[in-house]
Amino acid sequence: MALVTVTIDGQTVQVPAGTSVLDAARSIGIKIPALCHDPDLTPVGACRLCVVEIENMRNLPASCVTTCTEGMVIRTNTEKVIEARRTILELLIANHPLDCLTCEKSGSCLLQEYCYEYGVTSDIYAGEKHSYPIEDSNPFYLRDMNKCIVCGRCIRACEEIVGKSILDFAYRGFNTKVGPFMDTPIGESECVYCGSCVAVCPTGALTEKDMVGKGRKWEAKKVKTVCPYCGTGCTIDLNVKDGKVIGVTGNPDGDVNGRFLCVKGRFGYQFIHSDKRLKTPLIKKDGVFKEATWDEALGLVASKLKEVKEKSGPDSIGFLSSARCTNEENYLLNKFARAVVGTNNIDHCARL
Amino acid sequence: MTNSINEITGADFILACGTNTADCHPVISYKVNQAVRKGAQLVVVDPRVTDFAMTASEHLQLKPGTDIALFNGMMNVIISEGLWNKEFVENRTEGFEALKEAVAKYTPEYAAEITGVPADKIREVARAYAKAEKATILYTMGVTQHTCGTHNVFAVANLAMLCGQIGRESTGVNPLRGQNNVQGACDMGALPNVLTGYQSVTDPAVREKFGKAWNCTISEKPGLTVGEMMSAAAHGDIKAMFIMGENPVLSDADAGHVVEGLKKLDFLVVQDIFLTETAQYADVVLPAACFAEKDGTFTNTERRVQRVRKAVEPPGQALADWEIICRLATAMGYPMSYASPSEIMDEIAGLTPSYGGISFARLEEKGIQWPCPTPDHPGTPFLHAEKFSRGLGKFNPVEHVPPDEAPDAEYPFILSTGRRLYHYHTGTMTRKGMLGEFFPADYLEISCEDAERLGINDGDKVRVATRRGAMEIAAKVTDTVPKGVLFTSFHFAETPVNMLTNPKFDAIAKIPELKVCAARVEKA
Amino acid sequence: MQLVRAHILVCGGTGCTSSGSKQVQDVLAKELEKHKLDKEVKIVETGCHGFCEMGPLVIVYPEGTFYVRVQAEDVPEIVEEHLLKGRIVTRLLYKAPVTEEQIPAYKEINFYKKQLRVALRNCGSINPEVIQEYIARGGYESLEKVLFEMTPEQVIDEIKRSGLRGRGGGGFPTGLKWEFCRRSPGDMKYIICNADEGDPGAFMDRSVLEGDPHSVIEGMAIGAYAIGAREGYIYCRAEYPLAIKRLKIAISQAEELGLLGENILGSGFSFDLHIKEGAGAFVCGEETALMASIEGRRGMPRVRPPFPAQSGLWGKPSNINNVETFANVPVIIKRGAEWFASMGTEKSKGTKVFALTGKVNNTGLVEVPMGITLREIIFDIGGGIVGGKKYKGVQIGGPSGGCIPAHLVDTPVDYESLIEAGAMMGSGGLVVMDETTCMVDLARFFLNFTQSESCGKCTPCREGTKRMLEILTRICNGQGVPEDIETLERLGRVIKSTALCGLGNTAPNPVLSTLRYFRHEYEAHIFEKRCPAHVCSALLVYSIDEEKCIGCGRCLRACPAGAITGEKKEPHKIDPEKCIKCGSCFEKCKQEAIIRS
Repeated sequence: MALVTVTIDGQTVQVPAGTSVLDAARSIGIKIPALCHDPDLTPVGACRLCVVEIENMRNLPASCVTTCTEGMVIRTNTEKVIEARRTILELLIANHPLDCLTCEKSGSCLLQEYCYEYGVTSDIYAGEKHSYPIEDSNPFYLRDMNKCIVCGRCIRACEEIVGKSILDFAYRGFNTKVGPFMDTPIGESECVYCGSCVAVCPTGALTEKDMVGKGRKWEAKKVKTVCPYCGTGCTIDLNVKDGKVIGVTGNPDGDVNGRFLCVKGRFGYQFIHSDKRLKTPLIKKDGVFKEATWDEALGLVASKLKEVKEKSGPDSIGFLSSARCTNEENYLLNKFARAVVGTNNIDHCARL
Repeated sequence: MTNSINEITGADFILACGTNTADCHPVISYKVNQAVRKGAQLVVVDPRVTDFAMTASEHLQLKPGTDIALFNGMMNVIISEGLWNKEFVENRTEGFEALKEAVAKYTPEYAAEITGVPADKIREVARAYAKAEKATILYTMGVTQHTCGTHNVFAVANLAMLCGQIGRESTGVNPLRGQNNVQGACDMGALPNVLTGYQSVTDPAVREKFGKAWNCTISEKPGLTVGEMMSAAAHGDIKAMFIMGENPVLSDADAGHVVEGLKKLDFLVVQDIFLTETAQYADVVLPAACFAEKDGTFTNTERRVQRVRKAVEPPGQALADWEIICRLATAMGYPMSYASPSEIMDEIAGLTPSYGGISFARLEEKGIQWPCPTPDHPGTPFLHAEKFSRGLGKFNPVEHVPPDEAPDAEYPFILSTGRRLYHYHTGTMTRKGMLGEFFPADYLEISCEDAERLGINDGDKVRVATRRGAMEIAAKVTDTVPKGVLFTSFHFAETPVNMLTNPKFDAIAKIPELKVCAARVEKA
Repeated sequence: MQLVRAHILVCGGTGCTSSGSKQVQDVLAKELEKHKLDKEVKIVETGCHGFCEMGPLVIVYPEGTFYVRVQAEDVPEIVEEHLLKGRIVTRLLYKAPVTEEQIPAYKEINFYKKQLRVALRNCGSINPEVIQEYIARGGYESLEKVLFEMTPEQVIDEIKRSGLRGRGGGGFPTGLKWEFCRRSPGDMKYIICNADEGDPGAFMDRSVLEGDPHSVIEGMAIGAYAIGAREGYIYCRAEYPLAIKRLKIAISQAEELGLLGENILGSGFSFDLHIKEGAGAFVCGEETALMASIEGRRGMPRVRPPFPAQSGLWGKPSNINNVETFANVPVIIKRGAEWFASMGTEKSKGTKVFALTGKVNNTGLVEVPMGITLREIIFDIGGGIVGGKKYKGVQIGGPSGGCIPAHLVDTPVDYESLIEAGAMMGSGGLVVMDETTCMVDLARFFLNFTQSESCGKCTPCREGTKRMLEILTRICNGQGVPEDIETLERLGRVIKSTALCGLGNTAPNPVLSTLRYFRHEYEAHIFEKRCPAHVCSALLVYSIDEEKCIGCGRCLRACPAGAITGEKKEPHKIDPEKCIKCGSCFEKCKQEAIIRS
């Protein structure tokens, strides 16, 4: 692939032709803030936070949508650039509830992070702010459009990743808002609740409903594992706090899915801590299940299986293994059936 | 899958047959969307007008159970117009002449008559598939759950080989498997006729290898499939069963027959995370840990072995399934003890060529796609690159065979089953929590025309019956199903559609014909 | 063709139609019939003459007598006096401002005398709904010429040499734009006409489409041939129903004559033209937003590159020009690049149409050679300031433009000079201001427009113009604080340099240019709480000059708030607590005793 050489803040770097200025800068460790940019989505250059100065270009181009060309001289931290970025952050903050104390996103909010970095502390305009009701029309996620910075990531995720195109911008000017067709509540739209919009939202505008109040983002330990539903095998992160799974997020390094999941994978974890889970072995006596110890239960199973095997032969015993269990467990049950009991009567619901 | 999930984004033609991908494999449908956005053509073959079918540039709405006629019709066009990949057929396959002969009678017009798909559409799609640079076929149970399921798959494979749309990136024949580790369960020998890695129990060398490793004698007689076991139980030939993490009372065809078999058993052990409908019939129930509470691996539909990690402790005294099996084996006088699942994987790798190079250490960062015979092998993103497993790919010509049950005066509808986006299998996991709250009950899809004729309104309770059983369910009057077809899912115990389904199965794969049975519906 | 002794041209443009030209036409037809003149006098419904303020306009040929503000009841007199007796109806003639001289002939009126009508060459002279009239004036000869005598490259070269630049605002050289699109690889290309005229006050594109639709169609066909397109779109705002109707008629007539469609004139070149109606978003005048709108998506600009010439409509190479640009093309081909380049300045060739409005005596559409000074437009063509008030400046280029103060009245009107003066050509809006115009209020007006029309995509435009507008409103309400000027300048600077599209980049211009030239007015509002132009009502104080007041009681009776008290024939008083600053007393007083400060 052809390479181009550019100079960024005095450092010379070679990047493949077609690389954006933002990616080129980040590749050499230069930090550029960006809110609407998401590596999984088409760059649109909407938030304008990633502006830089480029020699022989008028104005301040957005680095996420500017392609490196040979000999380009880029400056990412001039006075002009800093003024622009700070002004843009101030403008966003001027129309944002400053409730970081209780905001679910606090600690993983990009807007918060950049305001910290650029020393934007308060709303200096004291002008109009939106006051939309918080939307609560579905069991899966909350929409607080007061916290929306209109970056459009959710719109692009819904269209480019999921292919549903439920969302788009509505209205104009200051009143521009993201919503489904005719700005109806999400509950009345064709949304399939995969939560991809939630996954890409840089602020607290979209949050997983069940995670509200369960813990700060930084408190949750993320355990990388595999989704227990269909055969796609999405890599998920179980968000664990105090020994409980408080939510599921897509793992950005997942081989198949990245951050994107479906409604089951993202929101179908509550069975884990269901109070209906089996907690002790049960033995049926006179048609009623009675709690038992492991020794009692396994002793009974072992003696019964031995008895049937001895009386009627190994092939009078059947095993159903499980498409939900791990490879190791399926292997062991296979070994158990064939080596311990001595039958090939083992199957599972592969055909269902 | 012969190929990888991410390769779908690189295809320029996607033929999705009998798969409601957007609802049943949503994340795979995202890949299809990305391919379409890059300009790929999507053709969906499905009797139902699913949301996924709506996104296709062509939807071939065939009559249920007529897949072979459609594929043969396409191959007829491809052969008669000289569009097949001559080089591939010449060098990589055998049996072309037989195929040519078999599909000769399936002119598009003849295929149209059987399938209900217009002849010109069959022609167009056939040409586009043959001419595509990288065409991939995705399919699921809509192709396989028929008495001719195996033949349907042969037809799909014939088509792919005929056009050389296999053995290259972004092509292939790709069954999308429906459960998290159904691929792994098969790989691990949880099948009556094979040991791990599809090593046949009828092969003496295989038996010897395993007998030696496991210190036992492997029976040379293939075992029974799940359906056969249930019949055998009903007949008294199977006397005890051990069921780990399955719920056949809801999931298996002709559930009434399953219940009959389970009731007749002398002894039934069910090991699960909930007291399922099946567990109700058990003599002993063993509490198991769920996926979040144990370590191990799952193998996904693209043959990728991935690490499952323990995040939280199991509730109460519940134990991981592998621990329970070890304890039970030991109690049975066969000491089984592993420090961790990692050790079990090492044993699997030692006995299974396709898993030979797989270890937990290697899986730490990334999953690996089998075949992975050695520790330095990178894994195999797509199969059949140089040659097929048997050498030359063999065309298996097949003929259209109608489904076992045809609609008649008494049972004038076709009842078909499948899944819903918001639920999984028998609902044991998904009906707890948000998903259950959002989608609390199922419905029966019925066409507007049929509903009007029968005086059924949307939301009315209807009684649907087949030769095996009946149930009551709310009707959903919709355009999703064509006239004469009814559809619902098997997720709900309250509407146990498998009390109604036909257990008649495919002779080779023993898969029941869940997609077609004759039914009757009336206002309840 | 039927020979007649006289033609009566009745303007059928939107302006004259709304002031009653349809009724004039109906009565005229009846009167002619009544006097049996219908065989010898022909009525022609024309497009706009540009002097809409004086409408309905009626011109009688062969004399070229120009009647203004003609109403239906005036028609019998015109017929009886002018047509039957040959006597001009003087009371309906145009009266020159200041001199009050009555001028009978069209060509003698100052408003028209200094104009040079190229783009508007047929507007007002032909019936736009009859293709033969366009053809009779040499229409479609240029298309024929390019199809049979020129290669696409020669056409591009001709346009390049003419120096024609985009009349929609940017002023990009048209020939160069065509060349980029021609060179862009692709078997499918589109040519698009931007007829989404959205600047408040500008209506030259509407007039061309209504008065001479074929000139645009012919220009597009020539452009299509040059770039290699075989399909085109005219994106016209739905608020122009008459323009759309006439375009539809024109397209179908051209198709019937084989001037559009398959194999035009047997040349082998085919070109289909579609009309796409816009839904009234200002931003859809931006080319990338316009294309998104044609594609059925929300009209929002996207980042360039890729430029439309590389990847435009449906990802295909596309070329967009505006109505006026296309209307110039057939004449350039017909009369040659040299002829066109002989008009205007070194870098700005040809003519430009302006919508002259505001505090000027003659308002309307004027087409002038590039390089003409503002003074000539405002004082010669425009006839000076209404009521002899003091000229303060001119806002050029609509909401994206800027204002040029009185002392720069000799600025030549061309792309470069205007930019240098802090304004821009834009689409050619020209709002004249006098001493009664408040510049802060003016800036607020335009900011209000850009904020409510912002597409909302980029932060600086969406949020920044909102805050600028809030500050301006505050200043006008007398609540300005000293930091406001600095904040406005900083916001203006950031929006200008960081906004995504041209509309955002230029949105702060009305503020920045008024701050540049009229900073003292801002300061007066902020520091002295005073509006020098007496416009911002919150800042006005009304009082009564006791010396002048004769106690007539008019003001007392007019005051809706009961704020004025006083005995008859005694000087009255205004209670400032009660005064709502409506100005009714000021208007009623005949003694000029009310003081407004």
